[in-house]
Amino acid sequence: MSRKIGDVILDLQNISLRFGGVKALTDISFNIREHEVRAIIGPNGAGKSSMLNVINGVYHPQDGKIFYRGVERKKMEPHMAASTGIARTFQNIALFKGMSVLDNIMTGRTLKMKSNMLLQALWLGPAQKEEIEHRRKVEEIIDFLEIQHIRKTPVGRLPYGLQKRVDLGRALAMEPQILLLDEPMAGMNVEEKQDMCRFILDVNDQFGTTIVLIEHDMGVVMDISDRVVVLDYGKKIGDGLPDEVRASPEVIKAYLGAGH
Amino acid sequence: MGFFIETLIGGLMAGMLYSLVALGFVLIFKSSGVFNFAQGAMVLFAALAMARFSEWANHALGGDSLLLANLIAFVGAGLAMLFVAWAVERFVLRKLVNQEGATLLMVTLGITYVLEGVGQTIFGSEIYNIDVGMPKEPVMMLESMFEGGILINKEDFIAALIAAVLVGLLTLFFQKTPVGRALRAVADDHQAAQSIGIPLNRIWVIVWLVAGIVALVAGIIWGSKLGVQFSLATVALRALPVVILGGLTSVPGAIVGGLIIGVGEKLSEVYIGPMVGGGIEIWFAYVLALVFLLFRPQGLFGEKIINRV
Repeated sequence: MSRKIGDVILDLQNISLRFGGVKALTDISFNIREHEVRAIIGPNGAGKSSMLNVINGVYHPQDGKIFYRGVERKKMEPHMAASTGIARTFQNIALFKGMSVLDNIMTGRTLKMKSNMLLQALWLGPAQKEEIEHRRKVEEIIDFLEIQHIRKTPVGRLPYGLQKRVDLGRALAMEPQILLLDEPMAGMNVEEKQDMCRFILDVNDQFGTTIVLIEHDMGVVMDISDRVVVLDYGKKIGDGLPDEVRASPEVIKAYLGAGH
Repeated sequence: MGFFIETLIGGLMAGMLYSLVALGFVLIFKSSGVFNFAQGAMVLFAALAMARFSEWANHALGGDSLLLANLIAFVGAGLAMLFVAWAVERFVLRKLVNQEGATLLMVTLGITYVLEGVGQTIFGSEIYNIDVGMPKEPVMMLESMFEGGILINKEDFIAALIAAVLVGLLTLFFQKTPVGRALRAVADDHQAAQSIGIPLNRIWVIVWLVAGIVALVAGIIWGSKLGVQFSLATVALRALPVVILGGLTSVPGAIVGGLIIGVGEKLSEVYIGPMVGGGIEIWFAYVLALVFLLFRPQGLFGEKIINRV
């Protein structure tokens, strides 16, 4: 249990993002340290998902710099972000619905497949051997997430909570450096939330994965995060340890409204 | 009875060829959500390439080995389809990612005209032959069972066999290989596929290439039957009811749909045709597809659309 928080792995400096005239993010700076659980919270529409999409390479901010392991990151696409070790889950689960749980998680291994695409297509020699190794890794993840019993079930037929777990599994299959979780607990009941919290902490603890998670529900987040960033209307209004953030008058105002 | 079975078998064989063209539609629709109207033009383009490459190769080899010439031509035409796939991705799809379905459909109409035009500019616009040595003579079968036996066209039989093998290989490719899995992933959700590091651009080239190869095989078979000419591009219109009937996203649907349309066309022409003065083969498929749509709007094997409220 000697989880050590390391150096800054991702440093975001003065990020601004606009869609036409709408300012989604304004001059936001914060950093993420290796092995920590970093939460981004804020009321609906605060710009949390936009922030995640910037890190993931879906959106390209007009201003600001992003340093990944000390190197400035150029404009990038999601699949390039993936190849540098950034994985993510989605708020509105974006699994491959027609495919089985196993196949869904196997797709997470795409970048780890070293053999030539032609060999893979023809299902020859090294490709076949490789597939078996990947399969072993995926089975480990399936065990870890306790979803052995639904391995062959098409994802579309699973209840919401389990789908979220498969989504996490697919991201884990990438063996990411940084795992971005977009509202992993949204729409879950208490029991499912507890399970998810446990998995997130286990991932962080056992694999040392840096975790960035978004939530609008403050309660859960405060318990599992090392540090918290608070956004409101696209601006940063708080950053620090959970207790510090919770005590900040500005954060309280944003969450409860000026009248309270 | 013998005549009925003969018509039925003729229909099944014709249907297999419709399936082949329909398969091209399904492959592209499944993985990129684009209804590729240019599939027929691709068949024409591939067949033209095949016919002319074979002619040139045969000439260069001094007419010694037709087989070798055809082999060279097949590889050449395959490369031509690879080029088409690359060009479509590079100059069209990449610019139009995430656009409306209608926009993409219009674009494929554009691709249709470009392919037809460029194909005929490069390869000429006369009627060409593809001679892959398919036997032309019909054979008599089961003479002991039926009076007069059943007349089967050997060429059709081989063509149906080739189509069946191709379909089998494609199914394996999609279900069992990592690349196939990546293709299915992209078909399900673009955004998620990108987030796990599947490069959309490369996948699209692969899909269009596979659809191109399917078009090539269809082009060779149709071309060796009917000769390679402009009208080959209209086989796409014959395959349209097949995909509607089978479901736009289903590979088995394309096959079963093709068989139903093929058989329906032939039987209706023979048995209903005389009642209305004939010529119903052309529109019957559409009526059949329409009737199916009344009962199953998503097609025979299409994914059922369920919206949670």
